[in-house]
Amino acid sequence: MASTQSTDERPLSPHVQIWRWHATMAASIAHRISGVALYIGSALIAALIISIAMGPDAYETVYGLILSIPGRIVLLGFTGALTYHFANGIRHLIWDGPGTGFSPGVASMVSIFNFLFATAATVGIWAMAYFS
Amino acid sequence: MSKQLRTPAANVRGLGASRSGTGHYIRQRVSALALIVLVPWFVMSGLFAMRGGFDSAQGWLAQPLNAILAILTLGAAFYHMRLGMQTVIEDYIAKISTRQALLILSTFFTIGVFAATALSVLNIWISAS
Repeated sequence: MASTQSTDERPLSPHVQIWRWHATMAASIAHRISGVALYIGSALIAALIISIAMGPDAYETVYGLILSIPGRIVLLGFTGALTYHFANGIRHLIWDGPGTGFSPGVASMVSIFNFLFATAATVGIWAMAYFS
Repeated sequence: MSKQLRTPAANVRGLGASRSGTGHYIRQRVSALALIVLVPWFVMSGLFAMRGGFDSAQGWLAQPLNAILAILTLGAAFYHMRLGMQTVIEDYIAKISTRQALLILSTFFTIGVFAATALSVLNIWISAS
């Protein structure tokens, strides 16, 4: 550790910016981003539950906030994050438990399926909320 | 350094250099297993209850089974969230003081919000019976 400057020109490992984007990579990053989004968004669900204990006025205030346009956008993002993290989380458990699904073809296919599942499930949940 | 009698290899074996990684790994996955069952119930059951206005939402959590399942969902979710955020903080925050401060904040946030929500559910359940 005499010098911080490297003297020989060894190749550096590829950094995230020079990787070609592919499905498994996007799925992995999306899993982490959706997890952080759910962490932050949990405050909204928590506020709704606490407001029920506080009484009708508090509930209507929080519920009205969620039903506002910015509230709906946040809730839509939360639904997408939840359904995606759910589907991709099951894939992680299959990776860690039975230990299958690692081959590039299957892993890519499952990644694309998870994105499609999240889209379909989000549309499904919102359709149910609107039309039931 | 002179009092360190264990070899570096001995420190790494067993529970690993951090001494707690395996436990974190297992807890993250066990809480995920619980959430696979609990979250779909919470979303479906809660969605219909919340849409019906205050009385409907209150009536939902006044039912013992709903209250118990809701508290289990909140417990598993906030536990899973704390573990997940710990990994994110440890991955991206290199400065020890900032890292520790954020880890403590995350622990306070998740346990605090869990207590607030679980006690709210308990309050609704007990008030109704």
